[in-house]
Amino acid sequence: MELIEAILLSVLAASTPLLLAATGELVTERAGVLNLGVEGMMIVGAACGFGGAWLSGSIIVGALCGMLAGILMSLIFALMALGLAVNQVATGLALTIFGIGLSGLIGARFVGEKITPAPHLHVPGLTDIPLVGRILFGQDAFVYLSLVLIVAVWYVLYRTRPGLILRACGDNHISAHALGYPVLRIRTCAVMFGGACAGLAGAYLPLGYTPFFIPGMTAGRGWIALALVVFASWLPGRLVIGAYLFGAVSILQLHAQGAGIGIPSQLMSALPYLATVIVLVLISRARTGGSTAPAALGTVFVPDR
Amino acid sequence: MQLVLEKRAERSATIALVSPLIAIGLTLVTMSILFAILGKNPLSALGVYFIDPLIDGYSLQEIAVKATPLVMIAIGLSLCYLANAWNIGAEGQFLIGAVAGSWLAVKTQGTDAGHWVLPAMLLLGALAGALYALIPAICKVRFGASEILTSLMLVYVADLLLDYLVRGPWRDPKGFNFPTTAEFDPVATVPVLIEGGRLHLGAIIALAVVAAGAVLLGRTINGFEIRVVGAAPRAARFGGFNATRLILLTFAISGALAGLAGIVEVAGPVGHLQPGISPGYGFTAIIVAFLGRLNPIGILVAALFLALTFIGGEQAQIAMKIPLDVTKVFQGILLFYVLACDSLILYRFRLIAASSKVQSGAH
Amino acid sequence: MRKFFVAAAAAMLATGAGLFGAHAADKLKVGFIYLGPIGDLGWTYQHDLARQALVKELGDRIETTYLENVSEGPDAERSIEQLARAGNKLIFTTSFGYMEPTLKVAKKYPNVHFEHATGYKRDKNMSTYSGRFYEGRYIQGLIAARMSKSGVLGYIGSFPIPEVISGINSTMLAAQTINPNIKVKIIWVNSWFDPGKEADAAKALIDQGADVIMQHTDSPAAMQVAAERGKLAFGQDSEMIKFGPKTQLTSIIDNWAPYYIERVRAELDGKWASENTWDGLKEKMVVMAPYTNMPDDVKKIAEDTEAAIKDGKLHPFKCPIIGQDGKQVECKGEHLSDDQILSMNFYVKGIDEAIPGK
Repeated sequence: MELIEAILLSVLAASTPLLLAATGELVTERAGVLNLGVEGMMIVGAACGFGGAWLSGSIIVGALCGMLAGILMSLIFALMALGLAVNQVATGLALTIFGIGLSGLIGARFVGEKITPAPHLHVPGLTDIPLVGRILFGQDAFVYLSLVLIVAVWYVLYRTRPGLILRACGDNHISAHALGYPVLRIRTCAVMFGGACAGLAGAYLPLGYTPFFIPGMTAGRGWIALALVVFASWLPGRLVIGAYLFGAVSILQLHAQGAGIGIPSQLMSALPYLATVIVLVLISRARTGGSTAPAALGTVFVPDR
Repeated sequence: MQLVLEKRAERSATIALVSPLIAIGLTLVTMSILFAILGKNPLSALGVYFIDPLIDGYSLQEIAVKATPLVMIAIGLSLCYLANAWNIGAEGQFLIGAVAGSWLAVKTQGTDAGHWVLPAMLLLGALAGALYALIPAICKVRFGASEILTSLMLVYVADLLLDYLVRGPWRDPKGFNFPTTAEFDPVATVPVLIEGGRLHLGAIIALAVVAAGAVLLGRTINGFEIRVVGAAPRAARFGGFNATRLILLTFAISGALAGLAGIVEVAGPVGHLQPGISPGYGFTAIIVAFLGRLNPIGILVAALFLALTFIGGEQAQIAMKIPLDVTKVFQGILLFYVLACDSLILYRFRLIAASSKVQSGAH
Repeated sequence: MRKFFVAAAAAMLATGAGLFGAHAADKLKVGFIYLGPIGDLGWTYQHDLARQALVKELGDRIETTYLENVSEGPDAERSIEQLARAGNKLIFTTSFGYMEPTLKVAKKYPNVHFEHATGYKRDKNMSTYSGRFYEGRYIQGLIAARMSKSGVLGYIGSFPIPEVISGINSTMLAAQTINPNIKVKIIWVNSWFDPGKEADAAKALIDQGADVIMQHTDSPAAMQVAAERGKLAFGQDSEMIKFGPKTQLTSIIDNWAPYYIERVRAELDGKWASENTWDGLKEKMVVMAPYTNMPDDVKKIAEDTEAAIKDGKLHPFKCPIIGQDGKQVECKGEHLSDDQILSMNFYVKGIDEAIPGK
């Protein structure tokens, strides 16, 4: 029982940065914009988040710095891909190269420093309940925030007018424009939200996960977040499941090794990726008429005037 | 007053010509500022980056070596992108090609196999790359699964497969168990063009690929089909073009070229199979494809130019102790400017009054 | 186009030594190729510390240059050659993956001397050097067995290469002398460096009952997880006590400075010759961080063992050694030969798992 609780706790922590970054990218893509620069925004968020927390001594300031850095990075993307109608795939990849270099420059003076990680919630009585106590009532703020955020995103997208308009921009920007909605402005907001989430996800790594900064510490998590959005077929509910599934597979393969189950570790490491491909094929196949991708995803829009 | 972007009636030929120059100019200005902030002399720094490699034969050769895989992969990718098929897993196809070709090199090691080995390896590499690229393509046309995602996921799978092979079955028996195959035999090695240098036959192959790409796109029905399907999918359907077949075809070609690049790199500059044979060629090539405006000649120029920044960055580290991160920032900024300036070929800025919704008739 | 390349090649031959060579100063130029960014911890950082020590010691006679983040793929050969062309007369290539590229460049530049870390191929102008890290692992095994209450050790491996395998075996051979039933759980993260994954692996090991964590990966993530959970851990490459003041038992520190200074001196004196150096605790290439967070009797065992290894009285791989399969490992002398340790690909008895890929 204790082992199960322990595994679930590790899964929650491992999934949180994926969920945060993927939530932002989901909103961005729902508005019709494909930003492949998540990894770049995350790593700059990690460097700035750690720097902010280290200089100020406050985790909250650090998290805000991470978000701000993510937003600034996303604004470069918005300027290019929305303002200048540049191809989004190329811009996103360029953003990642830029971000990796920039985070190295920013983070150079913070390498080797150490901070106190974000505190975990402790509610006397509740946190001590066996099995579920620490899972429900013993996490750090990032974990709760990631869940609140995805619920809020679901609510806004499906239950409010701004959400409807945002999805309309993603599905058919020409009609949305014809109806008088400022497509580019809405998309810019969505991209900035994506940047904030990616920056926060990056900041979580040095603030909550491993309380120090090292160049390249995101180690490809931004790419996994991108995969998750498609894996979830752009639905917030599935995104949560997908993020935890991905986290679970990566943790369980470590546990399987520790328990001495003799499968090549490379095969274990490959499992999450193979699983994504297979699940994607299955869900795409189950739905006649192809995927539920926003119809205008990745396409350039320049309003006629 | 508001600044807005609007589509030009037709491509601006003038801007097409001058935009790279504007972009480079802007990059130089930005980088000079950055160098000044870092306390380096901007003029000498830029000289080390851009001029020194170009006036030195050794560096020129190295630029060509670095550009070779980028050109091969990017040409294939450009066909995909022109046809609106989004293969972003060239890195995985590169690795699989390297693995498949190396299989033959490993199996024939130490035997008296003749000169057929290298051509067979190249063939195997291309074939494996094509087959590996067909997985996302088939998932796309049969099940509607996003090829962007599946091709990306398969990169990691390929990487881990290579890792498994060189740490397990294909490990050099005399290599103290280090994760690498034995050095390939001479018959399994891509010959160098100039004794003592590193420029190899792959550079010639890359040039042939550029020529083939130009012919395919400019002169053949298939090329025409690719461009029509990409530019106007509905019109293409009416025209009787088969979009499904085209996705399979472009994925197969780009996979084959990436696989070929992979085995050429392994049998050429590296000389054996090991983890980390690609410093991200498959992803860098995506940028090369766009920098080259999806045009074969453009891709050649873009790949050479990007290679120049890699070589220049290294020399800047040696000569001026400029950190590698600066080179990455520099590459990012350069890409932003080039892409942004290219946008002005198709679009132009106009200043309009903020509140008035002018209906413009001319379009 | 082909003509262009031929012309380029001709230009190359004409320029000969090239631009940089022409500026060669009077000082001896010494170059370094680094695998990672220098950062503040880990493998590359230790090499750069040694470079700094070198500058401090001989700074008036030498000038150092380094290239960081050089991947072990097709770029390595060019990076090494760039250093040679820039006039460096002694070049240290600090990762195993640079072996073939170093060898190729060494053949092209017979007048430049090369030093390759952790490899096994040499040439008349190319030496190899590495540390006997398994000696430090032996001491760690003793400490771990004494400090573990659960009798389960957690081991985070990077890749199953001989250096890592021999470290695991050395640890277990030592631990078994204290507690014959000691168990080790091994998790391979397939990376030298992924702090998140290393932290996850440490958590998994602790959750499965391990209470002393050892690692053969570069970041302090595992140390910090152990600190958080109130367990004990060993550092790697660098002093990591900052990340676990109440957690770190000791750390195996790579100390390249004495070797680098010695080799550069030899070069300056014109006495450099191709050699194979494999030094350990005695020569201070492997250094143990202070023994902390343990009772005095454990500390004494550690110190005595360290002294015994230095004096040559104790060899971690003393024969007979029983393999995992229960058979005695072939042994010609009193202990396994260096070649056997350098190519180790078996687990000793008492380890239940199998080596990946075997």
